[in-house]
Amino acid sequence: MRANCWMGRNTVEVREVPDPQIMNDRDAVVRITSTSICGSDLHLYDGYIPTMKKGDVLGHEFMGEVVEVGREVRNLRIGDRVVVPFPIACGHCVACERGFFSVCENSNPNAGLAEMVMGHSPAGIYGYSHMLGGFAGGQAEYARVPFADIGPIKIEDDLRDEQVLFLSDVFPTGYMGAEMCDIQRGDIIAVWGAGPVGQFAMASARMLGAERVIAIDRYPQRLRIAQENTGAEVINYEQVDVLEVLRDMTAGRGPDACIDAVGSESHHPSSAINAYDRGKQAVRLETDRPHALREAVLSCRNAGIVSVIGAYGGFIDKFPMGSLMNRSLTLRSGQCHVQRYLRPLLDRIRRGEIDPSFVITHRMRLDEAPKAYEIFKNKQQDCNKVVLSV
Amino acid sequence: MHTADGARPQDALPELVTPQAGPVPRLLGLLSLGIGVAAVAVPDQMARAAGMDHLPQHGRVARAVGARELGHAAALLSGRRPAAWAWTRVLGDAMDLSLLGLALRTGREQRQRRAAMATGVVGAITALDIAAAVYLTRVAARGRMTRVRASITVNRTPTQVYRFWRDLANLPRFMGHLESIRVGGGGRSRWTVRAPGGRSVHWDAEIVEDRPSELLTWRSLPGTAVPNVGRVSFVPVPGNRGTEVRVELAYAPPGGAVGRAVARLFGEEPGQQVRDDLRRFKQVIETGEVVRSEGSPQGTGTRHLMMQHPAQPLAGARVG
Ligand SMILES: [Zn+2]
Ligand SMILES: [Zn+2]
Repeated sequence: MRANCWMGRNTVEVREVPDPQIMNDRDAVVRITSTSICGSDLHLYDGYIPTMKKGDVLGHEFMGEVVEVGREVRNLRIGDRVVVPFPIACGHCVACERGFFSVCENSNPNAGLAEMVMGHSPAGIYGYSHMLGGFAGGQAEYARVPFADIGPIKIEDDLRDEQVLFLSDVFPTGYMGAEMCDIQRGDIIAVWGAGPVGQFAMASARMLGAERVIAIDRYPQRLRIAQENTGAEVINYEQVDVLEVLRDMTAGRGPDACIDAVGSESHHPSSAINAYDRGKQAVRLETDRPHALREAVLSCRNAGIVSVIGAYGGFIDKFPMGSLMNRSLTLRSGQCHVQRYLRPLLDRIRRGEIDPSFVITHRMRLDEAPKAYEIFKNKQQDCNKVVLSV
Repeated sequence: MHTADGARPQDALPELVTPQAGPVPRLLGLLSLGIGVAAVAVPDQMARAAGMDHLPQHGRVARAVGARELGHAAALLSGRRPAAWAWTRVLGDAMDLSLLGLALRTGREQRQRRAAMATGVVGAITALDIAAAVYLTRVAARGRMTRVRASITVNRTPTQVYRFWRDLANLPRFMGHLESIRVGGGGRSRWTVRAPGGRSVHWDAEIVEDRPSELLTWRSLPGTAVPNVGRVSFVPVPGNRGTEVRVELAYAPPGGAVGRAVARLFGEEPGQQVRDDLRRFKQVIETGEVVRSEGSPQGTGTRHLMMQHPAQPLAGARVG
């Protein structure tokens, strides 16, 4: 089959690789119809996530048709149309039973590696480094899906791929970011990063009853998509001082909750601060550049919530702990427990409360993946989200 | 997961049959005693016999040698650390030989003859001491046990976990190096371990302690290549949070070619092996299978981490 493989920093190639096979009784094999490139794939592309290997098949956002099932998979049949959640979860450990699927205790066969970096291991993830399992990803013609009796959700409606594909990651991830904000009547929610995850966090904050939503980014096109689809007010951080503007917009209180939908490769308008963090990152003194997170903490109202859904890989520097502690802030975070949100969010899509396809700006073929990564990374052609059809 | 130095106190594992040093330490001790008594009681005669009576303070030197030998005798006859004391005997022999060398160079004809004879005797004793020291060192190494502890929490009740372990035939499902366990009568079982080069190594074991839902202790029968003993205990976690499974293993590093093959199986870090085994145990009992990825097709195993296959489907037949 054809698959998009990581071949080194800033290099992906669509190559011929063996077809996936059932390795365990709870596996299924899916023929992929649509797959997308995630902002977090860019962390791999840029070489910021350790333990990648040349030849790794990328991609953790995919859907398709079941073509083979293992003996223990009784909920799926050949021909079923499914969306596959990006965290691989066994369904039977304590974490899974409590709904914390992205920290499944069993799905990472390389947990020992993750423990060295993180103390304990989170779940395995498709196409996301060997530290997170060494699972082949879904930017390919086929993918093997472990624990297929737990993860995938069947799509029986005539909903288009584009409407349901993002249930695999970015829609639930944004939703969980908003849910962690404990939104109350009258709340103002600020979201750093107006990419697809941020846009879904804004849309979800609205669905959960936020009074106002504020988007912070530097790409006018992304801010426009956010504004048009979620009713967000927008701040371009290259043009104004974010803290000042937020203080003004909230008459001095600060947003009730702040969502970091940027993660480890954030950008700062001050070239000096940017260079400082880039320099430390280059010599591996910090693995992540946390400008957005710092600003989210400093902006948040006293006793507010900072919700982190942008992806971080390792360590950060100059975290404003004094602000967090002295002002009674709550910090919440996590890779999304996607399995928890599949059903309720599919229902919202079905009821027409949201059409997630609004984030798509580029539709390309799997074979064009290298070009797609380049466009997406450099935000050429106002790129917001690329869907690859297979 | 936890390699427990701070684990809750438990009864000690039953001791294995430790290799015996035999009569050697006692014989060495008696030899030391004889020389020591003579040198302390009749130092001048001893000095003359060694052709050293022309040297200044020869009586005092002989008494010092005697005192040293009495010390050796006490230590060797006590039976503690015989290998170390055999080596200090070798050291003492070297000192004596250098004294005799002095006598040989400086004495007159007759004394030189006596010194030469004494040198022959001390040389023979030295050879004997070296042989004994090497032998006792080997015995001590064989008796040194490698001990390993590890633990994990699983989402099952102690009874479920106990039942799973009690059926020893389940163990090869998660213990990487085990090929099979054939269960016989009377708590006896035959363990087969895969060895490099397509060979396998067997040993027989017996269950020596069996407290349902609580713990299980087993021990290899005498005469195996790899004497070993193990215990697994099951403690419920308060608040319905499953069971703490704690494993303690001890084995004596084996000798010979078979032993070396087995040692390689246990890996350079036996603790890591046990931790990996426990992780696979958790996967099997909670999910029904050993979790495999394209990068780690054999599943959890620290040895595989360094030789990851790229995360792309494997060519060829179905794994597992
Ligand atoms: Zn993603
Ligand atoms: Zn799980």
